[in-house]
Amino acid sequence: MRYLPLTDTDRTAMLAKIGATTVDDLFVDVPEIARLDGPIQGLPMHASEMAVERHMKKLAAKNLVAGDVPFFLGAGAYRHHVPASVDTIIQRGEFLTAYTPYQPEIAQGTLQMLFEFQTQVARLYGCAVANASLYDGSTACWEAVAMATRVTKRGRAVLSGALHPHYAQVVKTMAHFTGDIIADAMPAIQPEPDLDGLIARIDDQTACVVVQYPDILGRISDLSAVAEAAHAKGALLVVVNTEPVALGACKSPGEMGADIVVGEGQSLGVGLQFGGPYLGLFAVRDPKHVRQMPGRLCGETTDAEGKRGFVLTLSTREQHIRREKATSNICTNSGLCALAFTVHMTLLGEKGLRELAAENHRLACLAADRLAKVPGVRVLNNAFFNEFTLILDGKPAREIVRDLADRGVLGGVSLGRLYAGVAALEHALLVAVTETTTEDDIERLAFELEASIKETV
Amino acid sequence: MNAPNQSGWKPAMIASEDGMHNGPATTTGNRALMLEEPLLFEIGRVDVTGVDLPPVDDAAPNRLGGLARSEAIGLVGLTEPETVRHYTRLSRQNYGIDLGFFPLGSCTMKHNPRLNEKVARLPGFADIHPLAPQSSVQGALEVISQLGEWLCKLTGMPAVAMSPKAGAHGELCGILAIRAAHEARGDAREVVLVPESAHGTNPATAAFANYRVEDIPATPEGRVDVAALKARLAPDVAAVMITNPNTCGLFEKDFREIADAVHAAGGYVYCDGANFNAIVGKVRPGDLGVDAMHINLHKTFSTPHGGGGPGSGPVVLSEALAPFAPLPFVRSSDAGSFYLVEEENREERGPSFGRMTAFHGQMGMFTRALTYMLSHGADGLKQVAEDAVLNANYILRSMEDILHAPFAGSGPCMHEALFGDKDFGGDLSTLDVAKGLIDEGYHPMTVYFPLVVHGAMLVEPTETESKAAIDQFITAFRAVVERALAGDEALKQAPYYAPRRRLDETAAARKPKLAFEG
Repeated sequence: MRYLPLTDTDRTAMLAKIGATTVDDLFVDVPEIARLDGPIQGLPMHASEMAVERHMKKLAAKNLVAGDVPFFLGAGAYRHHVPASVDTIIQRGEFLTAYTPYQPEIAQGTLQMLFEFQTQVARLYGCAVANASLYDGSTACWEAVAMATRVTKRGRAVLSGALHPHYAQVVKTMAHFTGDIIADAMPAIQPEPDLDGLIARIDDQTACVVVQYPDILGRISDLSAVAEAAHAKGALLVVVNTEPVALGACKSPGEMGADIVVGEGQSLGVGLQFGGPYLGLFAVRDPKHVRQMPGRLCGETTDAEGKRGFVLTLSTREQHIRREKATSNICTNSGLCALAFTVHMTLLGEKGLRELAAENHRLACLAADRLAKVPGVRVLNNAFFNEFTLILDGKPAREIVRDLADRGVLGGVSLGRLYAGVAALEHALLVAVTETTTEDDIERLAFELEASIKETV
Repeated sequence: MNAPNQSGWKPAMIASEDGMHNGPATTTGNRALMLEEPLLFEIGRVDVTGVDLPPVDDAAPNRLGGLARSEAIGLVGLTEPETVRHYTRLSRQNYGIDLGFFPLGSCTMKHNPRLNEKVARLPGFADIHPLAPQSSVQGALEVISQLGEWLCKLTGMPAVAMSPKAGAHGELCGILAIRAAHEARGDAREVVLVPESAHGTNPATAAFANYRVEDIPATPEGRVDVAALKARLAPDVAAVMITNPNTCGLFEKDFREIADAVHAAGGYVYCDGANFNAIVGKVRPGDLGVDAMHINLHKTFSTPHGGGGPGSGPVVLSEALAPFAPLPFVRSSDAGSFYLVEEENREERGPSFGRMTAFHGQMGMFTRALTYMLSHGADGLKQVAEDAVLNANYILRSMEDILHAPFAGSGPCMHEALFGDKDFGGDLSTLDVAKGLIDEGYHPMTVYFPLVVHGAMLVEPTETESKAAIDQFITAFRAVVERALAGDEALKQAPYYAPRRRLDETAAARKPKLAFEG
């Protein structure tokens, strides 16, 4: 077997050294009832590299590849062009096959990369400190709520109705077990989010308000008033961002007064991958909150000769030191995805990120104008970045999306998929446009959407 | 045959004590292939990019609702050649499995087959959206289904939750399922029992789920104290969390007896499956009475550790807990197609405890793990466990004459060998041995874990090392241990030859500098 270097001669010699006759002598502590005679039944035997690749390719071929068709899906996962050098760098064995940098003298590559990553994320978010990543945006969202309850010693979180419903579900699932109270809401189908209504829900027991920016309908609005209202009640503002490219064009959450900013970093470097692994980003505006943060933090220090170096730090927050008193149970984070993100961000830089954002917005404006001309379709948003909501008058968007897929167009995400059974939302279709979208793609979507609406009863 | 080096090098050729300074100083601080690399923010420029995009037209109308960014972000860029060089130079300051032996106990640093990487990058897996119409991603759903079937068969368990994002997230999944199962029958239990030797994630997870954690002591032979555990079982105990094989590297031979007692007391048995690689294909945890067990795909099933993730932590569940599994999960229809059960499938979702993550789990890890399973097959996976255990026992028996092995008399170890720092000379400690191993070209073992052994050193060779590689490690390990026993003070300053000498972690924590300033 190609991954197992021991030969039978080796095995015999090693057993002799150990003083065992057969390898089963090493499993004597396994009770009789649990011992198996031979290989587990019902599973295939080993296979060659060629045979395995053939099997997996057959499975891959059953999927419709996003890059092969006009593609407009978003809702928390975006298709961007990832420069070729990103993947070659993350495949270097020294990065790919390293582990959490517990021995910093021989892990400076990972540590310096994480220090640079933390700096990039903090600046993008308008914050002081970012951690070395969490699993994904949705789990980072819950970690932000949990941190807010620790900071404020309160147990109630107010969620904006326009928070990604999966993120809201994750928060509600966790809060059920921690005993925290979650005040959530449904999104209102209107051109502007109802920030006054959100502010009215903040009370003296509120630990935090959670707002998505841009929101699940693609709307963007100034959150300064929400920050002020939250702070006036002693609550924190948590801002969730699922599209980091937007922050190349829009004001940062930190600038608007967010206390904790979390998000999904998948857009840069990581790729779609059917939903994972992704990259949870987590930052705080005020450095005084650092010791309540979850996850790994990389910090600068010096070595015994006075040279600059980096280490994992403030680990007294973490499970391997504090056990049941840790700020989170997280251990492994999303290191390789953080590397992909930071390499992509390094290639972009300030200039490239602004250009990338501008190009996304330009194409999104073009698409919104073109799609608004399709009979029976209107654009809901006043403001948006690269994703907006279409209202299909009298047509269920979910069926239209399925029909579009049959026509070879991946036309967007229906709110009916995200909020099944909510009649008020079933005519809404989320359309995301990135730099990978061509003007021909937009034209094709407009054409097929018009046809689909006509033919769908 | 245990020659530490085949190049003609002899011990007499050792450099001066401060080894690094045996030649003239260099102007740059570099030493041939040992290259210093500045921070990105010291070499990048605000107006440089490595991606060709149209220039920003500030005059173009926008629909950003008056929220166009007016302040600089504070990022810098590099062109592609500079970027590749920056990260290549950084990578060379890292130790990885590709470079050498990496016996980090409980972390299972085995070889990462490159076919896995190739398959995960097929556009049919890498370039598909999690919310694409399900009819367009049947192959992806089939991968999840096939992997789940492998996991169920290998563990002898009836169900599996695939969405947890890493081992600790899987632990949380199992504990939440247990909590939900108790709640469903109106049983408000408050305590989770965790052995002292457990991974830190176990008590942290139980606390995160609002349980009170109580320690269970270990016996002198390194296993759970069954009598103490049984004495503590009561109607307030929701579950026990036991790692098997445990973190002392031993199989919990009384696991079935423990499970039966816990079940009789109305509790559930959580098994931390971090060490499943020792028994995969040899033992099915389902035969031992397990109710929930997470499996770290990056340990047992060879997905890369990536410098700290991403992991993937599917959880196998017993009949009792299966109905409470998190959303979404994959089912197949009678017609042979696959579909996702999500919030909307009210009948099929049953009493699911809810959603743990936005999408369907770590697909990029699923493709890699399934590729690995198919490569090894049922026969190969059995060989994986056998070779991993053989290698660990070989190291145990090759070291026990000079290094304190507290449980060497408890019988064979499983996939890892545990040592302590007893009898080290002077004020030398486990840390000094670890740093000495770095100079010898090895990544150290796990140190100071588990907590039940003073100065613990947990050595896990894995099955992907050759006998020659292990023999060479033993030679080096013995040499460093002998220095520690002899009280060689020079070890206190090790490593001498790494890209950095010992780093001041106290200063880093006292005045945290967590981002570049300037």
